[in-house]
Amino acid sequence: MKKPIDREREVTTTGHVWDGIEELNNPLPRWWVWTLYATIIWGIGYAIAYPAWPLLTGATPGLLGFSTRAEVAADIAAVEASNAGMMTALAAVDLTTIDSSPELHGFAVNAGAAIFRANCSQCHGAGAAGGKGYPNLLDNDWLWGGAITDIAYTVTNGVRNEQSPDTRYSQMPAFGEILTPEEIQALVNHVLAISGQEHDAALATTGAALFAENCAVCHGEKAEGNREFGSPTLTDAIWLYGGDAKTLTQTVTLARFGVMPAWSQDYRGASGLNPAEINAVATYVHQLGGGE
Amino acid sequence: MWDWIKIVALGLIALAAAIAANWARDIGYQVHAIIVMLVAAGMFLWTVRHMDEGKGPAPAGYNDAVIRAGVIATTFWGLAGFLVGVIIAFQLAFPSLNFEVLQGFGNFGRLRPLHTSAVVFAFGGNALIATSFYIVQRTCAVRLWGGNLGWFVFWGYQLFIVLAATGYLMGVTQGLEYAEPEWYVDLWLTVVWVAYLITFLGTLMTRREPHIYVANWFFLAMIVTVAMLHLVNNLAIPVSLFGSRSVQVFSGVQSAMTQWWYGHNAVGFFLTAGFLGMMYYFVPKQAGKPIYSYKLSIIHFWALIFLYIWAGPHHLHYTALPDWASTLGMVFSVILWMPSWGGMINGLMTLSGAWDKIRTDPILRMMVISLGFYGMSTFEGPMMSIRAVNSLSHYTDWTIGHVHSGALGWNGMITFASLYFLTPRLWNRDRLYSLSLVNWHFWLATIGIILYASSMWVTGIMEGLMWREVDANGFLVNSFADTVAAKFPMYVVRGLGGVMYLTGALIMTYNLWMTAFGKRQPVALATPAE
Repeated sequence: MKKPIDREREVTTTGHVWDGIEELNNPLPRWWVWTLYATIIWGIGYAIAYPAWPLLTGATPGLLGFSTRAEVAADIAAVEASNAGMMTALAAVDLTTIDSSPELHGFAVNAGAAIFRANCSQCHGAGAAGGKGYPNLLDNDWLWGGAITDIAYTVTNGVRNEQSPDTRYSQMPAFGEILTPEEIQALVNHVLAISGQEHDAALATTGAALFAENCAVCHGEKAEGNREFGSPTLTDAIWLYGGDAKTLTQTVTLARFGVMPAWSQDYRGASGLNPAEINAVATYVHQLGGGE
Repeated sequence: MWDWIKIVALGLIALAAAIAANWARDIGYQVHAIIVMLVAAGMFLWTVRHMDEGKGPAPAGYNDAVIRAGVIATTFWGLAGFLVGVIIAFQLAFPSLNFEVLQGFGNFGRLRPLHTSAVVFAFGGNALIATSFYIVQRTCAVRLWGGNLGWFVFWGYQLFIVLAATGYLMGVTQGLEYAEPEWYVDLWLTVVWVAYLITFLGTLMTRREPHIYVANWFFLAMIVTVAMLHLVNNLAIPVSLFGSRSVQVFSGVQSAMTQWWYGHNAVGFFLTAGFLGMMYYFVPKQAGKPIYSYKLSIIHFWALIFLYIWAGPHHLHYTALPDWASTLGMVFSVILWMPSWGGMINGLMTLSGAWDKIRTDPILRMMVISLGFYGMSTFEGPMMSIRAVNSLSHYTDWTIGHVHSGALGWNGMITFASLYFLTPRLWNRDRLYSLSLVNWHFWLATIGIILYASSMWVTGIMEGLMWREVDANGFLVNSFADTVAAKFPMYVVRGLGGVMYLTGALIMTYNLWMTAFGKRQPVALATPAE
């Protein structure tokens, strides 16, 4: 026996049939109607409480005076107010003695870490380990200096950019236009030799003379590098672009020209970092492991 | 006479396309002009060769040939769309799958619109056209109106798909999500869509039933509204008649608002109203039960189409969009909750007294789970439109999970069930090749969707929380790359869910193929239009 669909009365169909499909005359489910009414009433109330009705020159502001922009601005202002004392101290601090004040140092590291994640991690990596063409900031190898003030200068003015007149600058020549391919091979073998890698001894000897003549002026006679030009030491196992014969050949032939933006607000406007933020990020990078 | 007009028109189109190909200003436009030229020239030759053939007697009965073609196209584009989806899911999990040799056409950025358009417009669109043609003929008891116009709609729509898809791979896009095709493809789709409207309306107007069945209300609302959305969101001025680039009429926040008015109603009318039309026919047919409530179908239909059109601004909370517009979108979205659920209630309650069937009928079970996912997504949507919830969910994978629980669960499952319903009837078979394969499909797809949706919910909420995490001083705790790295395991799970869903669709394809073209003898099945 079939159960009646509606217990109180027999439900009839509308009498229409389409391809065998009929329709019952069931009423709207009670809970469905009341929930619909409830959402409508809530909607009207919400539209009165919040900005909702467009008028000729603006919209109704709503009884609560809510605004998404004001809400965000208030959040930011609250954080800025609670950090104001520390930020003022940070802007004025002598970086070389910042670690004598553990509280300020700790604040600077936290703030610097956040600034680093938002602005620096895209190139240097979230963990600051760098990548091909982007220096690792965790080790002791510094191109332009690893003292905290050197780091702050690099952050402020960047490297080889067109924004800051005080940017750190140097330019390696493309030796493909100066030396023959054979000479470049000799040079590469010399670099392989001094960095302790497999090499052709005869070529390396020729290369040593070429190195003294062409490269030593920037990289130093013993290839120990020179921070004045940001020229890397070539005797260790740390390479910015790669230390294998193929990459070295490419580097010598075409040269490299790594650029870092100048992060100071002087050069980037509001999207740049203010002095306190520069000090913070310099402190953070300095304490990562390689700071001098 | 008609043949002569056709020959002249096709000849002129082929010639114009050849000229356009010659003067083309970019490679995408050139390839498209050549495709159009080849299609027009081929049809020209075919028409010339068949001109002297006498016309047979006017075909009688329902026009099912175009629906058979639609079933095949739906299945084919479904497989293509799911496959590309699986590929891009793994490209996200393993970026090295964006192979160097594929840069410029096979990388994620090019394949992503290919996936979305293939599943929404190619798979979903063909399903809508085929089922609406089937349903409107049955429920009006009349042959599809307009003679070969139905065939024009079918083939015209396939040409649109090919032009859109090849365009994406070559970078021909106007950069509007789900409205990527450029101006000339938009114009062509307009022609095809108007033909679709005329075919559908013509059939309705020549009907032999006194009333219009509810499924047809939904289809008609879908066709009319999609036409309006398509026209407004694609208002653009071509840079050159012989180039694929165009400049949109709207700019800035107006462009964003128009885009999401379009985008949300593509979901509302294409993927909700249209598919509710499918549901309103196939569920009562498969269950053998009357529709639960005529009253509910009227109220929820009008409430749904009135409210949906306002909900778009909820895609633009906390942007340059003014707060009042964002409130408007949110309020209408929340009120939309019950009208959306009306369809689910009417579908599920239609099964009253037939619930025992879902144990034995895997097709009915697919319909039930599709209604379940429909109900879940149409609750989740209003919830995510609330400003406070949206501030967490926006831009995260939660949105991706929400979209796919609707698309895979509701649209996919109801389409699969409809294909299983249609194939034996369209090819005059007494039953499907295998019900146990349907069962396999059901479970693979269901587990696939669950893996997909739950992994995206988890990763979406996680990344939303990671993005907003600050320490005691208000400083950010995570870098963006940290959040990307944290999502990796969930991306792999999502990809596996996609593989299961694709496998289910492959099983369905085999099953449908064996049903339609397998060895079994067809049975006589009378389909009079009376």
